[in-house]
Amino acid sequence: MDRQLDTGIETGLQFFGKMTASISHEIKNVMAIINESAGLLEDYSLMAEKGMPIDPERLRVVSDRVANQIRRANGITKNLNSLAHSVDEFQKSVDIKETLELAVGLTGRFADMRSVILDFQPPSDFPAVITSPFHLLNLIWQVLDFAMDASGAGKRVELTFEAGPTSVKIRFTGIEALTNVPETVFPTAKEAALLHMLGATIHQDAEKGEINLVLPKDVRQQVTAES
Amino acid sequence: MEKVLLVDDEKEFLEIMAERMEARDMNVTTTTSPKEALIKAQEESYDVVILDLMMPEMDGLETLKELKKKNPDLQVILLTGHATVQKGVEAMKLGATDLLEKPADLKILTEKIKKAHTKKMVLVQKKAEEKIRHILAEKGW
Repeated sequence: MDRQLDTGIETGLQFFGKMTASISHEIKNVMAIINESAGLLEDYSLMAEKGMPIDPERLRVVSDRVANQIRRANGITKNLNSLAHSVDEFQKSVDIKETLELAVGLTGRFADMRSVILDFQPPSDFPAVITSPFHLLNLIWQVLDFAMDASGAGKRVELTFEAGPTSVKIRFTGIEALTNVPETVFPTAKEAALLHMLGATIHQDAEKGEINLVLPKDVRQQVTAES
Repeated sequence: MEKVLLVDDEKEFLEIMAERMEARDMNVTTTTSPKEALIKAQEESYDVVILDLMMPEMDGLETLKELKKKNPDLQVILLTGHATVQKGVEAMKLGATDLLEKPADLKILTEKIKKAHTKKMVLVQKKAEEKIRHILAEKGW
């Protein structure tokens, strides 16, 4: 049991490190574009000083670019802030739609790196779940990480969820290469530790290329997973 | 005029860099695809390739390895958001000319491009001299 807890803590730290490193990399990319935009404006002023005419349209393009990058940075820092606050309370009521949106947002860069599209289709009903938000985010990431690698030629992973009376099922589909993956490969000890912490279960359907993550609506209660 | 191939998955970054570098009398070709960069580097002779370390399709180090395999004299400057010491050492071992962190100062980058260009010219000249020496020795003139 202690070993499982250690694994859970270890994977949590690794997840936090991986996400923050990725976020800082993205922020650096944004800063690089803003930095070059500032440099370009400096180039334009030097040209203007030399009497060369500057088309106002060129200035508008730079201004739009900076505004776009600020919007992008705002989204990135919002995700970082939400990730940071996910450890405020060990267990709390979380909106499952917001949690999945955050998980997809945090995974976006990793998906881009693998040329995989993440498509989140939330239903109209958004249940609240009492769980550990940080461990849940980590578990969703672990499933997405595996699902993206096993997305095969389709390179598209779809996510949705549905609520039952005592549980919520998060469905990951498009995992085309799941049939080629031996059952011993996934879930690993990392996911097993997180599943234990969250009182959740994972069900794989290789034929459908689908992984279902079943979470109790209240982690504090004894749960029978509904599949 | 330095002939530069700029490879980065950030399209806007490429556009601005290309405009700024062209204003500094450089001939710039851009691509967001490392695979396309490999093709371009084979079709054209570039003085310098500026390469992002983290890109989709192909890792920057992998791209560097392929570029150097095809043309060992090619000068490659890596430009990256975050360079770990390990990655930096690995890049240098693979034959990178230099490594710069984003956001980079264009003045510094331009200096590095010029240095890389000079290095390439020296290598080309050295090769030409060796070739002449080889011909002379072979013909026994």
